[in-house]
Amino acid sequence: MTFSARLLWPALLALAPLVTQAQTLRVGLAEDPDVLDPSLARSFVGRVVFTALCDKLFDIDEKLAIQPQLATAYEWSADSKTLTLKLRAGVTFHDGEKFDAAAVKFNIERHKTLPGSNRRGELAPVASVDVVDASTVKLNLSAPFSPLLAQLADRAGMMVSPKAAQAAGDKFGVKPVCSGPFKFVERVAQDRIVLERNPTYWNKDAIHFDKIVYTPIPDATVRLANLKSGQLDFIERVASSDIAKLQADKKLKTSRITEIGYQGITINIGKSDKAKANPLGRDARVREAFELSLDRQGLAQVVMDNEATVGNQWVAPTNAYYAKNVPVPKRDIARAKALLKEAGVPNPSFTLVAPTTSDAQRLALVVQAMTREAGFDVKIQAAEFATSLNMADKGDYEAYILAWSGRADPDGNLFSFHGCKQPLNYTGYCDPETDKLLNQSRELRDPAERKKVFEQIATRVNKERPVIYLYHRNWLWAYNAKLSGVRNVPDGLLRVADLKMAP
Amino acid sequence: MFEFFVKRLITIVPTLVFVSMLIFGLQQLLPGDPAKILAGEEQDPTVVAYLRTKLHLDEPLPMRYAHWVGGVLQGDLGESVRSQEPVLKLVLQKLPVTVELALLAFTIALLIGIPAGIISAVGRGTAWDYAANVFALWGISTPNFWLGILMILLFSVQLGWLPASGYVSPFEDLGANLAAMIMPAFVLGNAIAAVLMRHTRSAMLQVMSADYVRTARAKGLSERTVVLKHALRNALTPIITLGALELGTLLSGAVLTEQVFTIPGFGKLIVDSVFNRDYAVVQGVVLVTATAYIVLNLLADMAYFLVNPRLRN
Repeated sequence: MTFSARLLWPALLALAPLVTQAQTLRVGLAEDPDVLDPSLARSFVGRVVFTALCDKLFDIDEKLAIQPQLATAYEWSADSKTLTLKLRAGVTFHDGEKFDAAAVKFNIERHKTLPGSNRRGELAPVASVDVVDASTVKLNLSAPFSPLLAQLADRAGMMVSPKAAQAAGDKFGVKPVCSGPFKFVERVAQDRIVLERNPTYWNKDAIHFDKIVYTPIPDATVRLANLKSGQLDFIERVASSDIAKLQADKKLKTSRITEIGYQGITINIGKSDKAKANPLGRDARVREAFELSLDRQGLAQVVMDNEATVGNQWVAPTNAYYAKNVPVPKRDIARAKALLKEAGVPNPSFTLVAPTTSDAQRLALVVQAMTREAGFDVKIQAAEFATSLNMADKGDYEAYILAWSGRADPDGNLFSFHGCKQPLNYTGYCDPETDKLLNQSRELRDPAERKKVFEQIATRVNKERPVIYLYHRNWLWAYNAKLSGVRNVPDGLLRVADLKMAP
Repeated sequence: MFEFFVKRLITIVPTLVFVSMLIFGLQQLLPGDPAKILAGEEQDPTVVAYLRTKLHLDEPLPMRYAHWVGGVLQGDLGESVRSQEPVLKLVLQKLPVTVELALLAFTIALLIGIPAGIISAVGRGTAWDYAANVFALWGISTPNFWLGILMILLFSVQLGWLPASGYVSPFEDLGANLAAMIMPAFVLGNAIAAVLMRHTRSAMLQVMSADYVRTARAKGLSERTVVLKHALRNALTPIITLGALELGTLLSGAVLTEQVFTIPGFGKLIVDSVFNRDYAVVQGVVLVTATAYIVLNLLADMAYFLVNPRLRN
């Protein structure tokens, strides 16, 4: 079906409704993805497209457990410094090239060496790759690194055709060639990305569409209107205020998944001189009072229409690695006031930088109102995202509303934020003991042992409160009620295998 | 006329040079480090450093300007850092869309605005005049995005007559193209029609009280000839000026309307590129629209000659 037919759909409905609709899946995205090269890609929304386009060594399931994809089995060496992968046989890339151990070696090396690669950091501990035989590959690590499997279940584990990548150089993203269930057809920036079925896909029986068309529609109301008028089959990121009405609509279905990321308030406690210049950055007691003056459930209700799970850590309370020894505190104005008195600043004043998105602005207003009861005087400074990020990076802020899209392994929500001098450490928090624990959490493979270390980290970080974690938003999807097989994976990415449109 | 035309043509060159410097200079005032924004969530320092070198951000401003202008003169507008697409390709993809939308909207504006202005001026103080004024006030004061969303809800969601958004090339399917463009063109045209109506009305009122109109009437000419041949022609000069400006604005992209109807035109491209600090794209698109604006004004100047014989001497 051509793109024009897609728009003529209402007219075609009378003529050939079932045939045309069952073959193309039309997905509405909230943004236009960036470059479609797994090594260079940076945006969340790009990962939605990659899910259909590029298979990874592993995938994650609804419970964040590692599942085989291009690698069918893995084995760690006793010292945790070698990961041996068994690869799926009979897989070919979209250009007909064979997927084998040499291709894995090429891809890991490409991720690590391509100029501008965003995967370099994720694969930093991988020192070298050995091809054992055509279907076995060995990843040698410089130090044990347990989050590696989770990294290989994301863009760092995506495999592209070595031949196509070598031919295209840094222009690969304009016409990506991978091995996923769908192959790239065309892209018109800000208009559409068209993929067609890969006839030689290793799991082709699970694929029930001939084509996928991704259309970026930034406005949530318009995205929804397109779904309702039948021009789209699936939309991501429905506005939380629309969900209640949608659930009454029999022609549509909705999905709600707690994200693996978080929404929080990042505080400058040592990034620059500004930290010492105001009581919030200077004194942990003031930060504790600030947290105690917040009613998280109230925030989630007002800001997110209750489409969020409240939390106080980098992972949601439902996550297996949530540290139960540091529970979500209840609002306690009396205690907050007492703490402020103890700190000698009954009316601390600071500026909260809030990006210009409607969610962040609403959040800032409610935080301002809630904390006023304890004596805080919060001034709100709205800043467009690029500007706010720059301020955070330079330490030119006191407090900052910042959300993180999240990674499957807690390490991705933690290490770069709370490790000394890490790239996402905007708070200036630096504690040698925490650093030691962070490194230890990377070395341990046993989940129970890792959890113990995360509990210790939670205790230490919670003492200083460089980030006040507030809640974990729900990914809200809406789709045609005839669409079945939608899997609620917490990374918020639509899996296309087993998706089916009933006639 | 020829001399005037050549003179105007020559002034275009320094104007464009100035515009290119302005675009380049103003963009540097945008807060935030483009390399950091483009580096994405991870903020890997090696990626930031790489992007800084790639974008020449580590070089002095005049050098960066020279890099850019050097490319432009060779027909190379650079490359989008975000999508890796050449800027020229993006511009060529969006230009026909924006031109079509602008022309459609402008046609709608002319078809509504000028007749409404004439009727309102001729029938001054009558119900027609009030009706036209109410319409104009409504057109000017209705926000585009709001009208757009309401039209989508009515014509796409409720009635199912028109596609809610998107764009189809007219060469692919003219019917589908018009179906997709009619709502955004109306939303844009409606607002401009209101402005045109007000201007046509006041210009016509002024002309209608002129001596030569009285003379024309005294000659016994029909009211239709007086209004359309004698009055309107003289009232057109300010309307042409305004029309050219409005068309120029339309060509620089209708940001909100394009956003609401997901029309992949210049407006959407510029806004997204500014937020992503994709400098090459912003510079390329602004340069193209600025050129279009200048050319349109030149055409408007030439149109004065057609309607005003006195200028021809």
